[in-house]
Amino acid sequence: MGKSSRKVPGLNSSSTADISFILLIFFLITTSMDTDMGLTRRLPEWDPNAQEEEVKIKERNVMTVLVNANNEILCRGEVINISELKDRAKEFIANPEDKANLPAKEEYDIKGFGTVVTTVKHVISLQTDRSTDYDIYFKVQNELSKAYNELRDEWCWATFHHHLIDCTEDQVTYAKGMYPSKISEAEPKQYN
Amino acid sequence: MPELNTSSLPDLIFSFLFFIMMVTSMREVELKVQFTVPQGSEIEKLEKKSLVSHIYIGSPTRELRGQYGPGTRIQLNDKYAEVDAIHEYVAQERESMPERDKPFMKISLKIDQKTQMGIVTDVKQALRKAYALNIVYSASYDRR
Repeated sequence: MGKSSRKVPGLNSSSTADISFILLIFFLITTSMDTDMGLTRRLPEWDPNAQEEEVKIKERNVMTVLVNANNEILCRGEVINISELKDRAKEFIANPEDKANLPAKEEYDIKGFGTVVTTVKHVISLQTDRSTDYDIYFKVQNELSKAYNELRDEWCWATFHHHLIDCTEDQVTYAKGMYPSKISEAEPKQYN
Repeated sequence: MPELNTSSLPDLIFSFLFFIMMVTSMREVELKVQFTVPQGSEIEKLEKKSLVSHIYIGSPTRELRGQYGPGTRIQLNDKYAEVDAIHEYVAQERESMPERDKPFMKISLKIDQKTQMGIVTDVKQALRKAYALNIVYSASYDRR
């Protein structure tokens, strides 16, 4: 039991910097920072027992958007440019002038907000060919989303006096209730 | 000249290291297909990465093109797969998730612009059958 206290020599830590540098470089190489972005969609449920049952929808409630094998867009039978699609979709969804060939407006109850008059029964039917390019299909989806977003934004501005991005969660839900996204996709056909 | 005190250098680098570890994520797979995703203006950020599984569709990378040809391929995990394998892939991915996250599972479709819709639709039908209904068409932001 010596009284003399032994001094522990200090650990040489001069290489810690090098070690952590190596770790840092390793992580920089093996990880990626890119955030994934994209258009969110929900597919309809698969029902194996579903009969090929023709659901009768009035012609005025349907906007058929067909993208054919030559990547041309036919909107209700007319060939249009991609830049026209958004305005056509907006006019179709909202039907601001109550035209007879555009969707009928009906009273519809948005939970928590109240009753509104809107085109609840409209359907945008998006059809593609098996040899349509994915790029043009995506652009069409993007334009349709844009149409819905702009309409919701305009409605929010008129109702709550601020834009869609500044809305509360409830208000966004109301806007989605006012203009619910109704894009139906048929399986692509092989046209000859 | 007095020597520079470097005793805090390891701490500095360690904190930088932790920062990098927080903001990045491990690269999941080695890509065997090359693709350019389309551009869009209405796209949203994917919030929780743990909920997302990926399906890549494109043509084989240059090194593999000699072996597999230039045709469009589907990549699941680390290898090429056929449409039939999607069902199993989805089941596997779902199995690896905690129970409460399972209904929120998302499939991110990273598809090359030049892909034809036929194959995209086959994949979508397979996803419907596998009951993976939340899908994301992966895209990059259009700055126009």
